[in-house]
Amino acid sequence: MSLRLPAADESVLARRAQIIADLSAIVPGEGVISREREMKPYDSDGVTAYKQLPLVVVLPQTTEQVSRVLKYCHAGGIRVVPRGAGTSLSGGALPLQDGVLLGMGKFNKILDIDYANRCAVVQPGVTNLGITRAVEHEGFYYAPDPSSQIACTIGGNVGENSGGVHTLKYGLTTNNVLGVEMVLITGEVIRLGGRHLDAGGLDLLAAVIGSEGLLGVVTEVTVRLLKKPDVARAVLVGFPTSEDAGDCVAKIIAAGIIPAGIEMMDRDAIAAAEAFVKVGYPLDVEALLIVELDGPEAECAHLLEEVSRIAAACNSSTLRVSRTEEERLGFWAGRKAAFPAVGRLSPDYLCMDGTIPRKQLPLVLTRMRELSARYGLRVANVFHAGDGNLHPLILYDANQPGEMDKAEAFGADILRLCVQVGGVLTGEHGVGVEKRDLMPEMFDETDLAHQQRLKCAFDDQGLLNPGKVFPTLHRCAELGRMHVSGGQVPFPDLPRF
Amino acid sequence: MTEQVRISDEAELVAAVAAAAADGTRLSIAGRGTKQGIGRPLEVARALDLSALSGVTLYEPEELVLTARAGTPLAEITALLAQNRQMLAFEPMDTGPLFGATSGDGTLGGLFACNLSGPRRLSHGAVRDHALGIRAVSGRGEVFKSGGRVMKNVTGYDLPRMLAGSFGTLAVMSEITLKVLPVPETEETLVVFGLDPSAAARAMSAAMGSSCEVSGAATLPAEIARRRTEAPSDVSVTAFRLEGFAPSVRARRAMLVSVLMPFGAVEVLEEGASRGFWTMVRDALPFAGTGARALWRISTAPMAGPVLGRALSEALGAEAFCDWAGGLVWALMPDEAARAADVRAALAPHGGHATLLRATQAERAGAVFQPLEASLAALTARVKASFDPRAILNPGRMYAGL
Ligand SMILES: Cc1cc2nc3c(=O)[nH]c(=O)nc-3n(C[C@H](O)[C@H](O)[C@H](O)COP(=O)(O)OP(=O)(O)OC[C@H]3O[C@@H](n4cnc5c(N)ncnc54)[C@H](O)[C@@H]3O)c2cc1C
Repeated sequence: MSLRLPAADESVLARRAQIIADLSAIVPGEGVISREREMKPYDSDGVTAYKQLPLVVVLPQTTEQVSRVLKYCHAGGIRVVPRGAGTSLSGGALPLQDGVLLGMGKFNKILDIDYANRCAVVQPGVTNLGITRAVEHEGFYYAPDPSSQIACTIGGNVGENSGGVHTLKYGLTTNNVLGVEMVLITGEVIRLGGRHLDAGGLDLLAAVIGSEGLLGVVTEVTVRLLKKPDVARAVLVGFPTSEDAGDCVAKIIAAGIIPAGIEMMDRDAIAAAEAFVKVGYPLDVEALLIVELDGPEAECAHLLEEVSRIAAACNSSTLRVSRTEEERLGFWAGRKAAFPAVGRLSPDYLCMDGTIPRKQLPLVLTRMRELSARYGLRVANVFHAGDGNLHPLILYDANQPGEMDKAEAFGADILRLCVQVGGVLTGEHGVGVEKRDLMPEMFDETDLAHQQRLKCAFDDQGLLNPGKVFPTLHRCAELGRMHVSGGQVPFPDLPRF
Repeated sequence: MTEQVRISDEAELVAAVAAAAADGTRLSIAGRGTKQGIGRPLEVARALDLSALSGVTLYEPEELVLTARAGTPLAEITALLAQNRQMLAFEPMDTGPLFGATSGDGTLGGLFACNLSGPRRLSHGAVRDHALGIRAVSGRGEVFKSGGRVMKNVTGYDLPRMLAGSFGTLAVMSEITLKVLPVPETEETLVVFGLDPSAAARAMSAAMGSSCEVSGAATLPAEIARRRTEAPSDVSVTAFRLEGFAPSVRARRAMLVSVLMPFGAVEVLEEGASRGFWTMVRDALPFAGTGARALWRISTAPMAGPVLGRALSEALGAEAFCDWAGGLVWALMPDEAARAADVRAALAPHGGHATLLRATQAERAGAVFQPLEASLAALTARVKASFDPRAILNPGRMYAGL
């Protein structure tokens, strides 16, 4: 593993026994886990290639306990890594050897469901799907739907600003969260937002959502609930080239249609998914689109006609409209199983997450094929085509010496390519440790310094989840100095880790 | 005397802010100055005028993205979008009429800095929800960028969204990238007359809790409705907007009529009338031409709004109406006195934020935004200092001392 984490603080390691005893006094019973065997399940998140045992695992149950734990850690200079379900695909919840792993799993209650105001107040350890399950009997749901929704928590969704296949129409986590309660590293408890839409004052909620556990520990989330659309229908369209498929997406949107979702898969991903779930995907096409339309029956019928007409004009070679709910779910089954399906083709795979301007898709796919040949590694592509979010899956075998490094280098090249064509490093999985060292591809030092100073405003000692997101750790005092010589910020050679 | 500095490109902006940062000169930031009456009054030595930092630099309709320099007139942007049947879906409010200024003026930067969204905020989100990327100059006199031009992006903290609504107190935006959306093919509005505030709240909640995809829901008491609508003279107006493709709007009209039936007879405003109605709500036109009488814009839980509006009328003699299905209360005080303590006390049981959107200078010297609890106030101060350590950008505009 090529990953470098901040050097462990020896003085903290030396105090381990005392720290465990002190934390056990704050979170009694089984809330503190310190035996190696029992800490094992927490040693990595969704990026299983990176493993690290924490100093100790703490599983608080109340905001007050979180507050006291953080206050204690702040006073003792102890690092803290918040964790939800640990499904992060960027290593955001990877523990630190000298850090407390703060597991939020016991915060698993739905506190209030307020149908009249169309919101729910939940604890951060409630799963994404758990929210929808709790309100669906009234016809409501929580819109962002990451494929991991059965497992991932709303706290983790806030941490990563997660999206899903319906983000194009319904937005990311940030567009669907009204407020949070959170605990700062000092132990102070603050509330941002509430049951209302816009709050005056600085929109700190915007900064907290997607902050990957670096700004505070979220202890309560107020989410917006939406009424389920009457019907959803999907159309499955095959194309002889990915250019045609991309063109079709652009024309649908240019026609003023914002589908609930538009997903694209390339030949390798189609083959893998079909072999795995056998839902009748066409195998003789280069690209497959799933376009989902939702709303009243009349709207879906109208738009399905429009979309079919546009697809035909873009050289579609196959087109199927779902006639039943079962058939619609079948269309999705292949897409939703794409990761495990690809997983069957290869002992290991790396899932990338760049976003590009959609029109750059043909170029990016061509270059990706060239890179694939150069690295000698296969890549299958699934793509949130409506919003330009690519998930290339790089196939490799970690047991072959050097292959993992090669796969990582290939992945980094793909992300550099995304940035070069006007896109970004990560659309929904977060920077974490995985894309941390690529941040300078997108941001210069001044850009990063402005972000890191915001971190300092929340956490002046850098104790919350250090080593994630930012490639270089700067001391806040250093960042805070004013350099006003022609806008240049000289940075001394601080050690890179 | 305030010295005026006209900025015409980003390099000039960096130089101007860096110079001020070097000697601690306090700056006011304005585009075309249409929203200068919002926020606490400023005392500055130098005023930066960004109206010449103008022009759309990128517009790709099929990608739903537009980038423009901060001083670009909003009218120029909306006209360009309209050519492609696109729009800023958050329905930017035109503050001109409320402030006795010309209509249709204002810049993208000003709109972004104030995060003032219209009726469609309810279904499509606020200005901040459409923010994709920014270039800006912080109080350190350094230009930085954040976000990007793509729809989905979690690379680093979401500074674009955070800067929306920051009233120029953290950084001066130089360029802004927004998500744009198609204009709905058609619209119409269903109206129910004569609902009292709590019935109106229930009717709006029922409509929003249906699958009718209502994109505007407002309730105006009789005294206000009378002034601005064709309504029968002595009844309140509660209105619901449907937008989209014609077959869809037709189908949803039928659905919504049955949802609203229990509340009273339903009438339809066709496209033109519907448009006029929502412009009136968006720009708070019933309160245009009321001089410097104090005007509150209150964001609260939707069910609470209509009732709060009535309470403010009864207790303080305010006139009030609600947008955002009840979640936004516009309350016009009987005179120039803002009565902040009373308004905030009335809001307190419901939770939310009351902003004194328009008032005399003297009234605005108090708290314009909802006062913050101690920990949050201290955090806010640290965030401000992290971007603007010498407090030179619009000092005090949001909170005293910041
Ligand atoms: C098979 C699979 C499919 C996936 N599909 C998608 C997808 O479609 N879309 C998508 O966006 N993501 C997807 N993901 C990624 C992942 O599920 C999301 O990022 C999810 O939001 C993480 O939630 P979690 O509860 O597992 O959080 P964790 O992984 O435990 O933590 C994520 C981050 O949030 C922080 N955090 C967690 N809880 C808190 C808290 N209470 N307070 C403060 N910080 C906190 C952590 O420190 C960490 O930085 C997928 C993952 C897998 C394994």
